[in-house]
Amino acid sequence: MRARTLGRHVKEGGRNIVRNGWMTFASVSAVTVMLLVVGTFMLLIMNVNHFADTLEGDVEVRVFVERQAEAADQEQLETEITRVPGVDDVAFVPREEGLDNFIASLGDEGEYFETLREENPLNDVFVVQAEEPERTDQVAGQIDSLTHVEDVEYGSNIFNQLFAATDLVRIVGLVLITGLLFTAVFLIANTIKLTIVARKKEIQIMKFVGATNSFIRWPFFIEGLLLGILGCILPIGLLVYGYGRFYDIIGQNTGLEFFEFLPPQVVLFQTAILLLTVGAVVGVWGSLMSVRKFLRV
Amino acid sequence: MIELNDVWKTYPNGVMAMNGMSIYIQSGEFVYVVGPSGAGKSTFIKMIYREERPTRGEILVGGENLAHMKERHVPYLRRNIGVVFQDFKLLPSMNVFENIAFAMEVVEASKPEIRRRVMDVLDIVRLKNKARFQPHELSGGEQQRVSIARAIVNNPDVLICDEPTGNLDPETSWEIMHLLEEINDRGTTIIMATHNREIVNNMRKRVIAIENGRISRDEVRGRYGYES
Repeated sequence: MRARTLGRHVKEGGRNIVRNGWMTFASVSAVTVMLLVVGTFMLLIMNVNHFADTLEGDVEVRVFVERQAEAADQEQLETEITRVPGVDDVAFVPREEGLDNFIASLGDEGEYFETLREENPLNDVFVVQAEEPERTDQVAGQIDSLTHVEDVEYGSNIFNQLFAATDLVRIVGLVLITGLLFTAVFLIANTIKLTIVARKKEIQIMKFVGATNSFIRWPFFIEGLLLGILGCILPIGLLVYGYGRFYDIIGQNTGLEFFEFLPPQVVLFQTAILLLTVGAVVGVWGSLMSVRKFLRV
Repeated sequence: MIELNDVWKTYPNGVMAMNGMSIYIQSGEFVYVVGPSGAGKSTFIKMIYREERPTRGEILVGGENLAHMKERHVPYLRRNIGVVFQDFKLLPSMNVFENIAFAMEVVEASKPEIRRRVMDVLDIVRLKNKARFQPHELSGGEQQRVSIARAIVNNPDVLICDEPTGNLDPETSWEIMHLLEEINDRGTTIIMATHNREIVNNMRKRVIAIENGRISRDEVRGRYGYES
């Protein structure tokens, strides 16, 4: 296709958009709403994943060994733990070291516990890292059932809740986005259909004077593409502004020492690209549906 | 140039529009196609520009068999065939110049080429002074001249006219006929379906009469031959 022809198709597509006024407005709005939701969830999911990543290093299971276990039993237990599926790393912390750490952690007041050194009340501990934080729960459960294990301890609740929340965010996002996606595609398809009907005579004449099918179809693809791209302007603008503000205000003061939200320059570019792509795909998809159904060329 | 060999056409609803039609039309001829309504005139015309496919038989236009022509080659066939309709089929949203230029944009001609050629054909149909008029500002005869200009703008070898004078008064009809004759003199083959007895009997050309999907008469300088 020649550049001149492409220029013509773009001009025609643009003209159709203007001509269809209200339907253009409706379909662009649908794309806008959809992309706003897509963008918001994308930022949410990226941050939740980032949060999970940050925590990942801290996901460990503390295995308390029965005090009456012999050295041989401990060794036996260590090999058994290593064999539990999903275990990444096992470190042994003898009870003496545990007590040292405990006393050290108390600072000055720790000296009151110095006497405990005679009769150490602590257990020997294995610190186990799971390969995937999501599986900490299972790993801990399996270790708990081994002999000579007195107890296991891990941040089960927080993690389960976090992972459940992540999943919920993903599912809700996916359902919402799918619904809005189809609405947008449907509205775009309808807008294009209106154009096709309005231009029926023109299309018929184009066929008589020897226009190729692709020549006839192009303006409709361009129209869809433009509808999709128009729909992503507002969401990108709002998210860039909104997330920027949000980050300025609470991004670095989350109340959690170890966690900060992702900085805008990292996420917004990716989000904008995604929205642009989704907008364009939805637009072309919508026009493709109408062109196939209503444009018998 | 145009050749039909034992062409049959049965529409899906069972209507048999063509029953073994054979004909040969030479390059540069002017041919009237006459016959009662429903005799197969329209089907014959539509087959030449591959709007309809034959059920059986072959149709050769410029050496190509339309019966087996691939769908994607049809546009290129049509660039070589101009079509003029009874109802003009002009686009009301475009002016005269644009209506004609449209046919050249579709074949991806350049802007200067379009301008030059459109002015040329407007000269031929004597509407140069009305290039910026909208179709509704023109008389029926003028509108038909615009549609003829559009049909010949891409220099087709064949011009097909489906009742071009059907909507026009006698005087205007003659204007159109003289224009068509002029175009024919430049070497364009013209095939014209018509019910206009006066024209056929006074401007003598080859007459092909179609009845029941067959050629019932084929005369070199024929007459209309029906009670209209």
